[in-house]
Order: sequence, then C-alpha cells, then structure tokens
Amino acid sequence: MGEAETRIEFDPLSTGSFRKRVTSKTIVYALLIVFSIYYLAPLAILLMNSMRPLEEIVRGGFIAIPSSLSFQYWFEAWGTFCIAGTCDGVSRFFQNSLLMAIPATIISTVLGLINGYVLSKWRFKGADFLFGLITLGVFLPAQMTLLPWAYVLGSVGLSNTITGLVLVHTIQGLSFTTLFCRNYFLAIPDDLIKAARIDGAGFWRIFRRIVLPLSPPIIIVTVIWQFTGIWNEFLFGTVFTSGANQPITSALVAFSGSGTGVRAYNVEAAAVIMAALPPLVIYIVGGKYFVRGLTQGAVK
Amino acid sequence: MQWSTDHLPQIVLVPTVLTMFMYVVVFSLWTIWISVSTSTILPDPSFGGFGEYVALWKSKRWTVAYQNLFVFGALYVTGALSIGTLLAILIDQRVRFEALWRTVFLYPLAISFIVTGTVWRWIFHPQTGVELALHDLGWLSARFDWITDRDLAIYVVVITGIWHASGFAMALILAGLRAVDGDLVKAAQIDGASVARTYRNVILPTIWPIFLAVAVVLLQFAIKTYDLVVALTQGGPGVATTVPAIVVYDLMFQRGQIAQGAAAAVMILVALALILIPYSVYQNLRSRHEERSHG
Repeated sequence: MGEAETRIEFDPLSTGSFRKRVTSKTIVYALLIVFSIYYLAPLAILLMNSMRPLEEIVRGGFIAIPSSLSFQYWFEAWGTFCIAGTCDGVSRFFQNSLLMAIPATIISTVLGLINGYVLSKWRFKGADFLFGLITLGVFLPAQMTLLPWAYVLGSVGLSNTITGLVLVHTIQGLSFTTLFCRNYFLAIPDDLIKAARIDGAGFWRIFRRIVLPLSPPIIIVTVIWQFTGIWNEFLFGTVFTSGANQPITSALVAFSGSGTGVRAYNVEAAAVIMAALPPLVIYIVGGKYFVRGLTQGAVK
Repeated sequence: MQWSTDHLPQIVLVPTVLTMFMYVVVFSLWTIWISVSTSTILPDPSFGGFGEYVALWKSKRWTVAYQNLFVFGALYVTGALSIGTLLAILIDQRVRFEALWRTVFLYPLAISFIVTGTVWRWIFHPQTGVELALHDLGWLSARFDWITDRDLAIYVVVITGIWHASGFAMALILAGLRAVDGDLVKAAQIDGASVARTYRNVILPTIWPIFLAVAVVLLQFAIKTYDLVVALTQGGPGVATTVPAIVVYDLMFQRGQIAQGAAAAVMILVALALILIPYSVYQNLRSRHEERSHG
C-alpha cells in the first residue's frame, strides 16, 4: 500500500447547488476542527503545565489559563529533580533509553536486512517455514517471555543492565525487521540477482552492490519502527531493570508513584514531554515513512 | 570450503534461526511448563498439574480482568474503527491542508502508552482535570469522576485507547479509500446516489478487508494492553480496570505465584491465537482463491 494520493476524478461534495456545497464543506471543516481539539488537547495541556507555577496547578488544576510561563521546570526536570533518592532529574534515564534504543535498533536492522536478503533472494527448501517461525515472534505476547528472559539474563550476568535490555529488544525486534526487509526485497527482480551471479558476484557482493543500494526506504521504515517501539516500551524495562538503570518510560511511572506530599506536577509534565519527544520528532520528520511502516507492520 | 561457499546463505541464517527458535518455541514451552509446575516464588520444575489454571479462573481478579478485556476490546475496536472511518471520509473530501490533519490525527501513535496514560489521568481526575476546571468556571455541581468510579473507570480506558489508536485506523482506511476504483464511484454518482449513500453502499463495502485487518491488529493491541492501564488507573479503583497483562505481572513479580502468573500468560497467548489463527487461515484461503480466479 503506497501513500494516499488525492483521487482527482472523485470529489464527492462537488455536486449539488452552491449553497449545499458551502454547507457540506462547513460541516466537514467543523468536524475536523472538533476532532483536532480532542487530539491536540493532551499535548497542549502538557506543554502549558510544564511551564506553570506549581501553586497555580494545585489550585486550579491542569485545565486553566496560565498566568505566567517559565522554562525553569524544564531545567529542574532534566537535571535536578529527585527521583527515588537521587537528584539527577530525567537526564540519566533519557540517556539510558538512548543507550538501549540506538544499539538495539542498529543491530536488529542490520540482521533483519541480511535475513530478509537470504529469505527472499536465496530461497532454499524450508525457507518459507523458517520465515514463518521468525515472524511468529511478532505475535508472541511479552508475558510469555518474562520468566525465561529473567532466567537467561540472570545466568549471563545481564540482570538490571541496559545491555540486557538491548539483547531483549534486539531479539524481539528481529521478527519485525526480518518481516519488513524480506517483504520489501521480494520486489527486487530475481533476474538482477541472476545476472550478477552469472557475472561471478558472490553472496556478499550482491548484497553490497545491488541489494543495499536499493534499501534506503526500507531501512528508514525499519529504523523508525524499531526506535519508536523500543523507546516507548515499558514492561521489559520495568521487569528487568530497577533504580538508576531504568529506561525513561519505566522511570516516569516509578517517580509519579513515589511522590510523598505535594506532587511537582509542572516538573512532571516537563519530564513527560522529554519522554515523548524523541519519537515525536521522528514522527514529524519522517511521517511518510512512519505511516509506511505502520501499513506494512499491520497488514502484512 | 566449497560446501561452505555453496551454503553460505543458510549458514548466515543459522544464528537468527537458532535464536528465534529459542525465543518463540523454547520460551513458550518453558512458560507453559512453569504454568503446570509446582513453582511459587522460584521456578521449580516438578509437575504439579493444572491446578493453577483452576485457581486462576476461580480468582475474582482474573475474571474481572477477562471481562474487562471483552468490554474494553469491543468498545476500543469499534470506537477506533468508527472514528477512524469518519476521519478518513472527512479527509477524503479534498480538504485543504490534508497533510496537517493527518499529522494531527496520527501523532498519538508515536507517543508511548505511559505518556498517554499519564496525561489523560490528569485530565480525567476530578482533583486536577475537567471537573475542577468546570468548578472554577462557576459550575459548582459539575461532576466528572469516571476515573474514580468502579463502574465507569473502564470507559476512561476506552476513551484514552481510542485517542491513541483511531489515527492508525484512519491512515489505513484512507489508503483504502484512495485505492477504490474511480469508475465504480462515478457510476454510482451518475445513478444519482448521494454522498452518504455512495460511501455506505459502494465505497466502504469494497474495502471491508481493510476493516478486518485493522480490527485484527487492534484486537491484538487490546489483548496485550498493559502500560496504558498502569499509567492511567493502575488497574483501579480496586480491581475495576484490571486487565490480564496486569494480573500476569502481579502474580509473577509482586505475589510470588509464578506458576499462576505463567498460567495467566498462557491464557493471553490462547486469546491471541483464537483471533490470529482463524484470521491467517482465512487470509490463506482468500489468497489461494484469488490466485485461482486470476488463472
């Protein structure tokens, strides 16, 4: 499924009298605006309250016109806010998430490219069966893997480490990356590969010279999919790490639950924005590829 | 040497296949085995029968969680599909700034359930959100405390879930609408069908496989739902919004009943299989049928 393009031949509302047309267009835009408010309200509330004084939020709640705005709470959230006894803000957890998501994304994407290449262009007896086995990992609920992972991570000495999470996410991600790449490579004509083989090119040479140069679109889709998925993941981070080693999603829950006395809502709102920002930026910059990943991940 | 060159592709695949075999097959069997073992706080490999499954289904938490899954799953899927369809149709009316509307409706999908749940908790909570805002506006008798109400809290989860997923439904349905054969639509218009009728009787019926695909994906999300509820209600008030994945976590890591927790995880797998196996069989039949009819 490609990008949606405007269908020129069909403009459903272009029929009828001028007045009828104006009314129906008005209804369309009115509905779009109403829904936009529903979708944007949480974002607006987050942004606004990350810059409001705490007394004001405590008194008037999250939904109120701010009297003054300040970026000070962003600095507190990033660097000095106390979470479970340590006062380093979310910066360390943000860093944990980066250290987890970047390697896991790179490794799983590279392996996915190679697997997809073998399973689409060097098919052998049983290749489809193996592909089926690999893609079953897409559907396996995380709950089925928690106890085995806990044991495996414990026995290789990776309990409560970011490296352990990298391992977990890489293996879970392999199913997706292999699925994406294999389906994408199917579209490369076999004749191209055959011709290269007749010319004496080997397995890796064909991969480097023919397949990789055709791959940037699927690499972008896969990287976006993996990075946002891993960054946003919560369960593994909570089960396999604790304290200072947690990724940011798990840390957010830990410190919104650990509050005694008055909650620092404004600082919390700023921290929540920081947790949301990397995937959001990727979505806004690479929106087209994001949607493409969705359609492939979902429908295939 | 020659042999390894000839079999290079297979050799390259070996590490992945072994790993995925471990992950998919061995891990699953492992958890299934624990669910019928005598494990409590630590794994214990001796066979203990199916007592943990019986105990699970007798526990109120689990039956509430399973009921919630049905209520949440049904409303979440139908809600996200209906809103997604409506939004797709609206955008299909050759509106201006199409890319902008699409970006606005789809961005929640890039945001984690933890962030989503946290913000909506603030909005729904009577002490911080809508209710307080209404009081401050002077409407002192206004009440909006679903999130603290045992009977209504699950609908808070539904609304938040729909907020997160309807853009996804919109994106796929819109792509489907754009792929509908233009002649079909023109024919309907020449016959004098109204816009609403054209969509209802001509366009939407031709893209029903997309609705089915989206519904299957959303049902999967619903069955796996965990972090959204943790951030939004923590399963409460009481156990009112508990879902199966929360019960699994509690049993395994809070209560030290890992055999029963494993049994609950297996039940999640069963629920997924009940949806996915029929769907993939159907997909296979359909593609085989298409191959035959296209010669």
